[in-house]
Amino acid sequence: MTAAQPVTAPASQDHVRVSRSRHRLVPVLAGLASLGVLVVFGALPYIVFSGTTNLLVNVFILMAMATMWNLLAGYAGLVSVGQQAFIGLGAYFVLILAMHGTNPFLALPLAAVGCGVIGLPVWWIVSRLRSGYFAIATWVVASVCEALIIRFPSLGGGTGAPLPGLGSLEPTLLTAYTYWVSLAVLVVVLAAAYLILRSRVGLVLTAIRDDEIGARSVGARVWRARQFVFVVAAIGCGAAGGLLIISQLNVQPTSAFAVQWSAEMIFVTIIGGIGTIEGPILGTILFFVLQENLSSYGAWYLIVLGLVAIAVAIWARRGLWGLIADRWNIRVFPVGYYLWLEGQGRPSLRRPLRGAPSGGPPAGNLPAGNQPPGNLPAGGSGAAEAAGAADPADG
Amino acid sequence: MSWVNAIIQGILIGGLYALFACGLSLMFGVMKVINLAHGDLAVVAGYLAVGVIAVTHIPAVWSFILVVPIFAVAGYVLQRTLIQASLNRGVLTTLLVTFGLSVVIENALLQFSSANSHSLGIGHLVSDSFSIGPQISIAYLLVAIFVVAVVVLLGLQYFLSLSRHGRLIRAVADDREAAQLSGVDYRHIFGIAAGIAFATVALAGIAWGMVSAFAPTTGTDTLLLFAFEAVVIGGLGSLWGTLAGGIILGVAQQIGAQINSADQFLAGQLVFLLLLVIRPQGLTGQQSTT
Repeated sequence: MTAAQPVTAPASQDHVRVSRSRHRLVPVLAGLASLGVLVVFGALPYIVFSGTTNLLVNVFILMAMATMWNLLAGYAGLVSVGQQAFIGLGAYFVLILAMHGTNPFLALPLAAVGCGVIGLPVWWIVSRLRSGYFAIATWVVASVCEALIIRFPSLGGGTGAPLPGLGSLEPTLLTAYTYWVSLAVLVVVLAAAYLILRSRVGLVLTAIRDDEIGARSVGARVWRARQFVFVVAAIGCGAAGGLLIISQLNVQPTSAFAVQWSAEMIFVTIIGGIGTIEGPILGTILFFVLQENLSSYGAWYLIVLGLVAIAVAIWARRGLWGLIADRWNIRVFPVGYYLWLEGQGRPSLRRPLRGAPSGGPPAGNLPAGNQPPGNLPAGGSGAAEAAGAADPADG
Repeated sequence: MSWVNAIIQGILIGGLYALFACGLSLMFGVMKVINLAHGDLAVVAGYLAVGVIAVTHIPAVWSFILVVPIFAVAGYVLQRTLIQASLNRGVLTTLLVTFGLSVVIENALLQFSSANSHSLGIGHLVSDSFSIGPQISIAYLLVAIFVVAVVVLLGLQYFLSLSRHGRLIRAVADDREAAQLSGVDYRHIFGIAAGIAFATVALAGIAWGMVSAFAPTTGTDTLLLFAFEAVVIGGLGSLWGTLAGGIILGVAQQIGAQINSADQFLAGQLVFLLLLVIRPQGLTGQQSTT
């Protein structure tokens, strides 16, 4: 999906139709379906036991983290292994605010915004390094954050502290509130990722994903887009960290700032399918299925997960969702465009026209030269999106 | 005098950091691979040395005779298989694969060994020292490791500039396609470079095991970060810069420890971040290398 490739459209632009979906009814149905899913998940505390909702809280937290990491690595090409910095800071910001009398649920959004504010100077430092060195620099930042937090005895020092302010709530109610807040955070994170990818910045990000040099050469503001995504990911991971302390009712520096968070969010994103919104969701579900079944084997689930992630990263780069999306040509979160010629009708739901480019995620997140041939016809969404990214008015 | 002592100790331990860092630097310089499993490999070398000592009963100091060649071969094989396969798919994939490798190694060590820390017992050698003045006491072991580090860096420098394989490595690093056109099998050269990098990291891992202790998590939460900081402070791709970077990091840590013993690692990392802000190209780097 080379960004520089011209759209192979007929001379008269009037004959080309552009749409997010293959059918007019798809957005309506998708909206109703997501509303239905939301209602079902929202009603769960009335239906299932707290064990299930507690598990789902952890699922939502990891899903939110993985979605943020996917924006960073899958789209902006920023492999961060230091997102635990913002997870830990988010947790501790909630703790600090709660210690000063703020309701932890109210402190959560404040903590997330605080992480975004911290994200700006961090970006200023780490953006001086590229690729792998950027990765380790984010790790150093996380390690520094942990070392600084430990220095404050008022925050519990190295042993951590319990979260005040929620003791008066009845346990059942607390479980339900925690679940709803987690669900809300996940919905906001997913909606943010979806809307960002459909926006102008999203066009730049998609262009970076497909071909960074191509994106630069057509004038996309790569640096600006990356900074934006880094701050957004800091906010998202801060919210996830805040949820973590609320769900566990205490925080320990070593576990809040553990690199294991990065390991998990990276693995679920790769296995699920990097560079798609659906991938991290699918990967997180798989992760918890695996964890529930392998939890009696200690660290084995991370070993298995790591090996699978390595294999997927090398041999099936588009991950599980990539396989599914190719096989059935479905997009749950349409961020690309469909182009088709007037008179040929819309692409069939079951079988897209080979000549008409299909929307949705193109192959892989690597420079175009490395892409496997024949996955998607060239000149499709990538070209259309890159044309949008080239707009000099892009902000 | 205690400050002078801190600086001397920092310089000596900086040699060890440089030894850790030169493998990372070499793999980045030649293959453009940033090996996130670098620290874990050093820990594996430590565990391997423990095993070798237990089986063969050779003194700990000589364990490198077996461990270093094993690591060199392992480096060649790993480069020709997994790392090459990920390299063919782009920089992002090498990062993800080496990070996966790091997590797998760390958890496998936790699974098969334990979270307990080990060290390589070398008896009285670890504490033998000579004194300069009343407050400065220098351990022979640290001096020996510093000398080994400098010798390895010198050897690497001469190997790269004078030997046939060294020339090939530089040629492939400069322009892979051109080297290929002249009949060089770049994959083999990559393998050799990885073999050398793994050999140095094995040596560094054993040296670390003698100076300090290692546990499964040591690789990621200390060694990788130290090696990386030394490389970046010194300037990417410069061996002597790496030595300088290691020494700066070592001195910063020792001075930090002098102020407050809990601040040792934090001081090193803050100095690193400060240098990253004021001189992102490193001590030896040109502006264009960043």
